[in-house]
Amino acid sequence: MEEESTGMEINPFDVTDNCGIPESEADRIEGQTIEALMSHSQLTYPDPVKWMEQEGKGSVLLTTLDSVLSWARKSSMWPVVCFPACCAFEFITAEASRFDLSRFGMEIVRASPRQADLMITAGTLTWKMAPQVKRIYEQMAEPKWVIAMGSCAISGGIFASSYSVVPGYNRLFPVDVYVPGCPPRPEALIHGIRMLHEKVAKGTLKKD
Amino acid sequence: MTTAFSAKEITAKIQNKPAGITVLDENTLLAEVLSLKDLLAFLKNTPGLEFDYLADMSATDYWDYFEILYQLVSIKNNHRLNIKTRLNGRGDTVFPSVTDLYKGAELQEREIHDLLGFKFEGHPNLKPIVLWEGFKGYPLRKDYLE
Repeated sequence: MEEESTGMEINPFDVTDNCGIPESEADRIEGQTIEALMSHSQLTYPDPVKWMEQEGKGSVLLTTLDSVLSWARKSSMWPVVCFPACCAFEFITAEASRFDLSRFGMEIVRASPRQADLMITAGTLTWKMAPQVKRIYEQMAEPKWVIAMGSCAISGGIFASSYSVVPGYNRLFPVDVYVPGCPPRPEALIHGIRMLHEKVAKGTLKKD
Repeated sequence: MTTAFSAKEITAKIQNKPAGITVLDENTLLAEVLSLKDLLAFLKNTPGLEFDYLADMSATDYWDYFEILYQLVSIKNNHRLNIKTRLNGRGDTVFPSVTDLYKGAELQEREIHDLLGFKFEGHPNLKPIVLWEGFKGYPLRKDYLE
């Protein structure tokens, strides 16, 4: 850094960001992050299906507590903002007055992942954006759920073999409910949300 | 409505300009790479033409040659014109940068550099914009294979 500042012509595009890293260095780090994530994401995360076998297990006391807790969890799921592409408009329609997601207590879309427990991945995801989305998912507090909305979110859709598109969000994190369609209608999304509610209702406090 | 400027009228005005400019169709000029900058500067600065706005810039791979299309608009005179330039062969693809004439070309040239791998001589900051550092190959080239 010291050598650069002495007598060298200043490149106005090589701005310094808050962390004190020059932009060229930041670009290199970004490239490395993306390449590392790509090579790390060759396989898909398995779908979480353990909840299917959990029915009727556990003590009576825990089961009652579980049902109360699950009711509280499923009645106010707050989605986080993760809408990279056109499926977002179907989500917006589902949010708006006609389909009215506030019936399920989830009309609030949080910009902060710390305050959200549901990620509705509405749209095509490129590898360049993938580290940020993965970070948002990791920043969400447990318990958290993911709905993959639309063809691109499920498998990459028509862009599945593209050089730049993530072939499905389950490359990055486990997905609970898949809602097919290109884009899915708001009814389909609400059906997916209802299915997730059923899943949450069968959840338990016990660790796996 | 914006009217398309006749390419023939333009060529009539630039008789004494450098060679290598031909009429491709009724509102498209084909310029050689070497005379491209002179042509654009002429179109931008000549009274009556004043193409002061670069509406779009796109590039294509045609196997035999690479082509860049500049779509110029004159906001003042309300007309437009297309300029094409071609480079034969698949070797060293170096085009002149037009960022000194049209500032808006900067991001477009970076995108073309990303996807087709052209070099733009004189560009102030030619680095990836839609792809990332370390991406191998040029995806919009016809011979690109993953």
